[in-house]
Amino acid sequence: MSKKTLIVVGNGMVGHHFLEQLVASPAAAEYDILVFGEEKQLAYDRVHLSEYFAGSTHTDLAMGTSDWYTEQGIQLLLNEPVTGLDRDQRTVTTPKGDYNYDELVLATGSYPFVPPIEGREHPHCFVYRTLEDLDAIRASAQAGKSGVVVGGGLLGLEAANALKSLGLQAHVVEFAPRLMPVQLDTDGGALLRHKIEELGVQVHTEKATTAIVAGEEARLRMNFNDDSHLETDLIVFSAGIRPQDALARSSGLEVGERGGIVVNDQCTTSDPHIHAIGECALWDQRIFGLVAPGYTMARTLASVLNGDQDAAFTGADMSTKLKLLGVDVGSIGDAHGQTPGARNIRFNDEQVGHYRRMVVSEDGKKLLGAILVGDNSHYDTLLQYALNGIALPDNPETLILPESQGGAPALGPDALPETASICSCHNVTKGDICGAIDAGCGDLGSVKSETKASTGCGGCTALLKNVVDSELEKRGVEVSKDLCEHFPYSRQELFHLVKVNGIRTFATLIRQHGRGHGCDICKPAVGSILASCWNEHILATDHVPLQDTNDTFMANMQKNGTYSIVPRIPGGEITPDKLIVLGEVAKQYNLYTKITGGQRVDLFGATLSELPEIWEKLIAAGFETGHAYGKSLRTVKSCVGSTWCRYGVQDSVGMAIRLEDRYKGLRAPHKVKMAVSGCTRECAEAQSKDFGVIATENGWNLYVCGNGGMRPRHADLFATDLSDEELIRTIDRVVMLYVRTADRLQRTSVWMENLEGGLEYLKQVVLEDSLGICAELEEHMDGIVGTYQCEWKTAVEDPEKRKRFREFVNAPAQKDPVQQWTTERDQRRPVLESA
Amino acid sequence: MKARTYWDAVCTVGDLVPESGIAVWTEDGPVAVFYLPHRLPALFAISHTDPFSGANVLARGLTGDLKGQPVVASPLYKQHFNLVTGQCLEDEAVSVKTYPVLLDGDEIRLEVAVNQSETEAA
Ligand SMILES: Cc1cc2nc3c(=O)[nH]c(=O)nc-3n(C[C@H](O)[C@H](O)[C@H](O)COP(=O)(O)OP(=O)(O)OC[C@H]3O[C@@H](n4cnc5c(N)ncnc54)[C@H](O)[C@@H]3O)c2cc1C
Ligand code: SF4
Ligand code: SF4
Ligand code: FES
Repeated sequence: MSKKTLIVVGNGMVGHHFLEQLVASPAAAEYDILVFGEEKQLAYDRVHLSEYFAGSTHTDLAMGTSDWYTEQGIQLLLNEPVTGLDRDQRTVTTPKGDYNYDELVLATGSYPFVPPIEGREHPHCFVYRTLEDLDAIRASAQAGKSGVVVGGGLLGLEAANALKSLGLQAHVVEFAPRLMPVQLDTDGGALLRHKIEELGVQVHTEKATTAIVAGEEARLRMNFNDDSHLETDLIVFSAGIRPQDALARSSGLEVGERGGIVVNDQCTTSDPHIHAIGECALWDQRIFGLVAPGYTMARTLASVLNGDQDAAFTGADMSTKLKLLGVDVGSIGDAHGQTPGARNIRFNDEQVGHYRRMVVSEDGKKLLGAILVGDNSHYDTLLQYALNGIALPDNPETLILPESQGGAPALGPDALPETASICSCHNVTKGDICGAIDAGCGDLGSVKSETKASTGCGGCTALLKNVVDSELEKRGVEVSKDLCEHFPYSRQELFHLVKVNGIRTFATLIRQHGRGHGCDICKPAVGSILASCWNEHILATDHVPLQDTNDTFMANMQKNGTYSIVPRIPGGEITPDKLIVLGEVAKQYNLYTKITGGQRVDLFGATLSELPEIWEKLIAAGFETGHAYGKSLRTVKSCVGSTWCRYGVQDSVGMAIRLEDRYKGLRAPHKVKMAVSGCTRECAEAQSKDFGVIATENGWNLYVCGNGGMRPRHADLFATDLSDEELIRTIDRVVMLYVRTADRLQRTSVWMENLEGGLEYLKQVVLEDSLGICAELEEHMDGIVGTYQCEWKTAVEDPEKRKRFREFVNAPAQKDPVQQWTTERDQRRPVLESA
Repeated sequence: MKARTYWDAVCTVGDLVPESGIAVWTEDGPVAVFYLPHRLPALFAISHTDPFSGANVLARGLTGDLKGQPVVASPLYKQHFNLVTGQCLEDEAVSVKTYPVLLDGDEIRLEVAVNQSETEAA
């Protein structure tokens, strides 16, 4: 049977999601799939478009990879817009040729509406939709001082924030009397305006632009209908979007009065072989300008193509929760109270800047809509009431009152019905989550990867965690944070006990707060806590029995019981003389020698008793321990940076050495890796590290909580354009917070994902000092830096400590008989039969 | 016939590390001696050889107690061994050899089999 051809026009968010759904279904086998994209790039995450200005690249934002398309056998034709559609012949036309289809999917999205104002073609006028738009805005902003956004809606305010981040004085010009007229009411709009103006963005409402002409002090002048004017260097239009329905119009498909390709519940147009999904589709006279409804349409259509008779798109919730210029804004359901008989409950605290409005049904039983400005903490609860029609309590106002004034606590996950939608991006209900747990998912992470919940916009993270925890508890899964049978505390709690009570030994801690004598779980964990708190030598008598063998012998045990040695080579910079010493020592002790991924040299095959001798030689040559054995800072990798590289903008090696010298030896819940790149080309791969630093023209961008290894994760952009001192202070704070609050053996990535509030919360704590602990964190770190000692130096100088390195205490000359060697590629390697 | 044994003096109290182990060489091969001062008796001796890897490393493992039994965790693959019985807690079929151990004045002595060929030659 020859395959049918399915053509998708548009490689945007929804088009891509549709393909993901389709290829995972049986129908995929029936079709040859072709995709046309007008943009040069593969589908990317438009929702997070603004992050492009904060340093994210197309690769970061991309929804998939071209390899994925190849693997799935999908032909992806980018930079090739479809210009014609012949429904009788079933062909589409592009500048490169004609293509036949059996089924056609239009996923063409929408385009920004630019009001017909005289002068709008001026080269410094832009829209805000694609990566190319952003490139053009960035170029224009470079030589400019000010920028205006026309349109005070959701996207307009986001664009204003972007202009501000590009260093421009930002203005917002809005035709309506308030900001976000669609989502907010007068009071909410006023509060938002106030907050935004406080942040230095100037808001001009009730202004209609009549013409754009050449400016006197800036590039452009905007004339308004009230005879006032405003000068600016560039203009971004964000006055709404229009569905991209050009192909539908030219081919006579049914379109809406105000645009949009008319579709039925199956996302099929007036032509049974043509379907439309995403922002270009008009369903029940409505356009959906959000990604979640588009995804729902994509899933519906994939089911329809699989012959599912029942698949239907039944509308979507348009509630939104956002942070605009750092201000929380939320809008749920019928926010304006247009339902007949609807009643309003308002809470307005101008002092702190919180506004909340509930729209309640006539009988006071149901929540119809809500508006939140300044604080979104009530959003999840209110949304669940509205979406699931949960009966309101007798005094519904308690839902929006502060707890100090008798406000009700947030709706517990138990109160939600099985059908409650938890993640709207991926259409995951509470029932789906319970199903995943019943099928074996035992923690948040596995529920996430199984259901995809919380992997879209991320808005549902906190709610998801609550549901998962509560369901696990119900099933009797201990969501126990106990470290082990000896301590009924989490690592964080133990850290607190040690720090607050000034406990300095394991024996004291277990006597006062634990039971039994400890084990291989709690001993190293406590050892690490003690080291993080007091920074005493790890071979101090009390600490020896706490350490894993690698920490005890300050080297990494290999499979035959010998050790490998990794001296510190800060930033990967090493003099030829030191390199020669490494070679000589390796040769003398016949050590297998290998370059590590962290720009150091690893020497394998040293016996226990050789370790102190070898270190004596290395220390004499100026080496220090590299802590490759510890849960502590490993390396700070770097590229050569501005000293040598023609692209470099900062001295990345210098910074790497500075960081490595500062944080070396710090004991942490798990290993910590860092890297510094000298420019955005990122040769040091900093974004795969716990702390990644990338040089900018103005300083350093800091990325946090990435890792390579088993479950790679890109680091998140945390702060931009930091000075040297700011960079170090910021890292100090994040590292210390991690050391204090992470679980045992939790990498920074997992730690951050499990922090309630995630990255945003971390930013608040570290950058805005929302908990008021930053000074303490810095002080703690300074204390640790001040008490650093090279553990190996201390050990080789102390005869008592050296005694530990006797292989057999009663037979110094006895060789370990199982350590047998052979030669491979000119070096020694172990033979070990039973391994 | 029961092999003849003798009490081999392997080290002194000063060689021991509280809450931890050391390795000694005996006629029976490498043995790990642990000193857990909070227990009575406080000395334990088991084979130094980790049965899972074949490497001589058990003395370098972390000690502790699990459900009341004194244990050491192999530093390589982390299985636990009961210090009294030698039984592996994770795998019923695996155990390590144990040795009677006693404190004689300042000396630690292990009971090991007499090497037959040597005694005959002597
Ligand atoms: C700055 C910004 C912030 C946003 N923030 C949010 C948010 O917080 N939450 C939210 O839910 N939504 C947000 N959105 C909206 C969200 O991005 C859209 O709802 C979503 O991208 C719609 O997906 P789509 O596939 O329908 O359209 P698009 O992603 O626009 O994709 C359509 C693609 O089709 C291509 N195309 C069009 N015509 C043709 C043709 N003839 N031939 C070939 N290719 C063609 C276009 O070039 C485009 O690449 C935001 C949008 C922007 C611009
Ligand atoms: S990251 Fe930049 S400075 Fe560093 S080596 Fe690469 S191109 Fe050069
Ligand atoms: S990847 Fe596996 S084999 Fe390689 S060093 Fe790491 S743990 Fe060992
Ligand atoms: S709602 Fe967007 S990720 Fe869950």
